[in-house]
Amino acid sequence: MSVTTVGQPRSGFSFAQYLTCLNGIVWREALRFLHQRERFVSALVRPLVWLFIFAVGFRQVLGVSIIPPYETYILYEVYIAPGLMAMIQLFNGMQSSLSMVYDREMGNMRTLLVSPFPRWYLLFAKLVAGTAVSLLQVYAFLLIAWFWDIAPPPLGYLTVLPALVLSGLMLGALGMLISSGIKQLENFAGVMNFVIFPMFFASSALYPLWRVQEGSPLLYYVCLFNPFTHAVELIRFALYGQINLTSLAVVGACTLAFMVGAIYAYDPSRGLARRGPAGGET
Amino acid sequence: MWRGSLVCGLIGWIAAAAPACAFIAYVSNEKSNTVSVIDTDKWVVTKTIKVGQRPRGIEFSRDGKTVLVAVGDDDKIEVIDVASQQVVDSLPSGPDPELFTQDAAGKILYVANENDNTVTIIDLEKRVRVGDIQVGVEPEGMAISPDGKILINTSETTNMAHFIDTATREIVANVLVDARPRFAEFKRDSSELWVSSEIGGTVSVIDPAKRVIKDKISFTIPGLRREAIQPVGISITGDGKTAFIALGPANRVAVVDAASHAVTKYLLVGQRVWHMAFTPDEKYLLVTNGVSNDVSVIDVAAQKVIKTIQVGELPWGITIARQP
Repeated sequence: MSVTTVGQPRSGFSFAQYLTCLNGIVWREALRFLHQRERFVSALVRPLVWLFIFAVGFRQVLGVSIIPPYETYILYEVYIAPGLMAMIQLFNGMQSSLSMVYDREMGNMRTLLVSPFPRWYLLFAKLVAGTAVSLLQVYAFLLIAWFWDIAPPPLGYLTVLPALVLSGLMLGALGMLISSGIKQLENFAGVMNFVIFPMFFASSALYPLWRVQEGSPLLYYVCLFNPFTHAVELIRFALYGQINLTSLAVVGACTLAFMVGAIYAYDPSRGLARRGPAGGET
Repeated sequence: MWRGSLVCGLIGWIAAAAPACAFIAYVSNEKSNTVSVIDTDKWVVTKTIKVGQRPRGIEFSRDGKTVLVAVGDDDKIEVIDVASQQVVDSLPSGPDPELFTQDAAGKILYVANENDNTVTIIDLEKRVRVGDIQVGVEPEGMAISPDGKILINTSETTNMAHFIDTATREIVANVLVDARPRFAEFKRDSSELWVSSEIGGTVSVIDPAKRVIKDKISFTIPGLRREAIQPVGISITGDGKTAFIALGPANRVAVVDAASHAVTKYLLVGQRVWHMAFTPDEKYLLVTNGVSNDVSVIDVAAQKVIKTIQVGELPWGITIARQP
């Protein structure tokens, strides 16, 4: 009976079989995203509104200090571009978590969970799928931003990729961890208020940290310890062909911690199983 | 086939990334009384030379062996030896020399003395002052026509561009421009003379033959007050196609289509951008940012600011030549 295998990590699968599984999950997520044109458009509209409207009003905010990785004065829209790229990934991570809740409510998650592959692998594959979708969104944003005169060095489009993968995984894992605690779809508004907004605003996405420090030393430390700040800085440096080692370490450690947390939370013997049958074992 | 193209592309890319030539830039720092020397290969300050008080106008001598710098509060022009990078001599000028220009042969130096309403003529070989020309109030901008026959001086308070015959050393024409003319620059083919007006916020394009203004360039930057846009330094490419104009406290350099006189782009640089100079190959344009104490480097072809280098206090003028 295949039912008995659910939730039990099984060895003996070949690498190709693991890849087939990963491919299936990523492809499903990609198709789901591509078929939801509104989602694609809204994922792009959000950062573009910030870029075209918010950034215009704040054009004069910067231009007084050169901060790494920039080698000269930059316009505000150039500054916030990496923050908006990370924002795309943050929303995407939370959207994935929303879809996990939806899947659980609708019962679709069972299809995934009856797979004989280890649960950690299924969750990891789901994360990879979410990250792949966020990459599509980020590069589409970069393409539009290029016409807005936000043109990092050509090689930057390539060097930013590993940073985007890592930050995508971190934010996706965070979303997954949060989704394990949300019982109903309606509770997602709480995620917006308590996770997305504080993470985004209390970070270096909109203002450089030295500017925040001038205004409020306390907020500066909040921003400094916000993993989203480090995701933004990792992307910012990578976009200009540089590595911010501190941010890399923070994002790497947070990715691992959130992933382990999510795997733990989705473990039927600990996480979901205690919360009732929905999405649990059949 | 594609591999061959890839290799060629890579080689091309590496060649493009490699510095073409080594140039050296000298920047006068008005407040710190120094001259910063910049290596344009590494974009770093390699030396800071102590000079007289209030250095402003700065230019390589025609032979490239010395750099001349007007030290306004010491009422003279100092001579920096490029090989030893030290002040080795000085030339007599009138009170408060500001900007100057040389004739094509590098034998005569024309100096605008801001506090004396005169242009002083200095014989560079004999190192003596050979005459003065009375001009308008607060003379500043200096340019010499490519054929060497006409010297231009702009007077800040009189708001005029004076046309001076270099043979007779007399003013032959005056062109009234907008308030506070700061700088004058000829196109290399002598077809146009551009004069920037700091307070007027315009650049007058003058026909040097008819000695009349044929066009006026004005600037609009969204979000900036009109008064904050104050054109000063002007550089026009050798082919006469593109001009760059420093807009002072607007912290922008305007890129202008030199044929149509239309502004095509504004480049963000440091605070109070003042004067500028091309590298001899015209690949880069270096601009001084007075208030932020740095020099921004513009990639001329890409029309992009690529780097900003910290120098001394209140950088004012800049001159660039090949490394000796």
